[in-house]
Amino acid sequence: MKKYIDTGKKDTRSGFGDGLTELGKSNKNVVALCADLIGSLKMDDFKKNHPERFFQIGIAEANMIGIAAGMTIGGKIPFTGTFANFSTGRVYDQIRQSIAYSGKNVKICASHAGLTLGEDGATHQILEDIGLMKMLPGMTVINTCDYNQTKAATIAIASYNGPVYLRFGRPKVANFTPENQIFEIGKALKLQEGKDVTIVATGHLVWEALQAAETLNEQGISAEVINIHTIKPLDDEAILNSVSKTRCIVTAEEHNFLGGLGESVARVLATNNPTPQEFVATQDTFGESGTPEQLMEKYGLNANAICKAVLKVIDRK
Amino acid sequence: MTQKKNNMPDINHLNDLVVQVRRDILRQVHKVNSGHPGGSLGCAEFFVALYQEILEQNLSFDMDGKDEDLFFLSNGHISPVFYSVLARSGYFPIKELKTFRLLNTRLQGHPTTHEGLPGIRIASGSLGQGISASIGAAQTKKLNNDSHLIYTLCGDGELQEGQNWEAIMYAAGKNIDNLIVTIDYNKQQIDGATDTVLPLGDLRAKFEAFNWEVIDIENGNDLEAIFSGMKLAKEKTGKGKPICVLLHTVMGNGVDFMMHTHAWHGKAPNDEQLENALAQNPETLGDY
Repeated sequence: MKKYIDTGKKDTRSGFGDGLTELGKSNKNVVALCADLIGSLKMDDFKKNHPERFFQIGIAEANMIGIAAGMTIGGKIPFTGTFANFSTGRVYDQIRQSIAYSGKNVKICASHAGLTLGEDGATHQILEDIGLMKMLPGMTVINTCDYNQTKAATIAIASYNGPVYLRFGRPKVANFTPENQIFEIGKALKLQEGKDVTIVATGHLVWEALQAAETLNEQGISAEVINIHTIKPLDDEAILNSVSKTRCIVTAEEHNFLGGLGESVARVLATNNPTPQEFVATQDTFGESGTPEQLMEKYGLNANAICKAVLKVIDRK
Repeated sequence: MTQKKNNMPDINHLNDLVVQVRRDILRQVHKVNSGHPGGSLGCAEFFVALYQEILEQNLSFDMDGKDEDLFFLSNGHISPVFYSVLARSGYFPIKELKTFRLLNTRLQGHPTTHEGLPGIRIASGSLGQGISASIGAAQTKKLNNDSHLIYTLCGDGELQEGQNWEAIMYAAGKNIDNLIVTIDYNKQQIDGATDTVLPLGDLRAKFEAFNWEVIDIENGNDLEAIFSGMKLAKEKTGKGKPICVLLHTVMGNGVDFMMHTHAWHGKAPNDEQLENALAQNPETLGDY
């Protein structure tokens, strides 16, 4: 098995902030907009270094989305920053009409996604945003797994012409993917080779999937671990290649099982190669207050839950 | 190359164009038995003035619109007047007006960039989003050191959407002074008079309270009044404040039975009504 080392816990939102700082230097067309959450989104450096290209919108997310859409006219590449809940559900129609249907080159960058937002509770813990965004025609949907990947993704999406939803989180988590990696939109990453089961994970669940694979290995189960950072467009080929060998799959995500990565994978399998699948995801529920670890345990979103799902799905082969 | 306008508009020609635009509006909506004639007719003079005299436009359309004035229509349902005036200003063939709302058309029910129709820079139809997009375009103009202006048209009923007030607060607070937002102040909306549906209150006082410059054009269906009002609006740009023009119009203007009522907001005339309406507006520059 490949060994993955946590080089020191870091938050994915800092990956976004540091990626944005790099873009500030390298791409003069990049502009940043924030709805009164500069510190939370780690946008301070960009603001300090490029005040003329930074726009404090205030607590007015609908207006922020519209302004971002308008700023593309004349060649700017706007990156909007707020929490995932306010980046999607609150402004769905603005994104739909002014960005997606209008084909505008806006990067909607969303922090504090999912349960790991923690103590603020369900009002802020969106578990439906991947579904909302992936349903929009033309929208690219990315959910990164650690600091390094988030930084690389932030830099990469500036070079892609089209609307992007970039989802990341609040807590400090393992940082284990390579520093200065090249991020390729739509390209799945095979993190472990295996033959008995495929585990496809996105976001904070990728590290958990790697931990689960180690535990399973000790039990004599060989798990293939694939990091799907781009939920749309989905890397169908990587999924189909893997299940043709393993003949069963577990999907893992910090999102509702309705509308998330798991459903996208199920569609690919159902239409190409029907395969037993188990979903590690929230079960059509809201979250609640608690520490990230407590919540991930309670709602079944950790390595332990992935191991259980693997045993179940192998039984169904 | 930006096309500069003459100092002396040919009012007779433009009035002929207004009549022809009314015919285009009526014929478009009649053919597909759908669409929004009331607000379209009420803004015919404004669109003709804007596209024939006020906007400094490049000779060919491109999305970025650098070094030219840009126009955004927030109340996208008045697409019939927008399409007619765009076509008759050279953006696309006039005969394409025949395809309004038909399957595979570039002239969708509400304007969109999605089908690549020249002259459209953002989709609109779901209300309340146009001022925000206009602010964004205005800020990009400033970043690009482009001194041209952003013009926006909103419906008055549309101001019931909350996003407008986010945008109105922002535009003044951030000194977006290269922006002229015109409100089609016809005091009607689908369900009735704005005063009965949800009163807008004193719009001048509201915009002034948000620190905008406000100009009234009392007869928004008179070309010369529009020219002088919009000239004044332009003179007030670049002074730290966004500009609001309250354009007092009559919904359904130019067709007697459609005027001063909300009834024709979103209803097409039948054959007999079309004939009557067209008789009141005899052909001038040629039907499509």
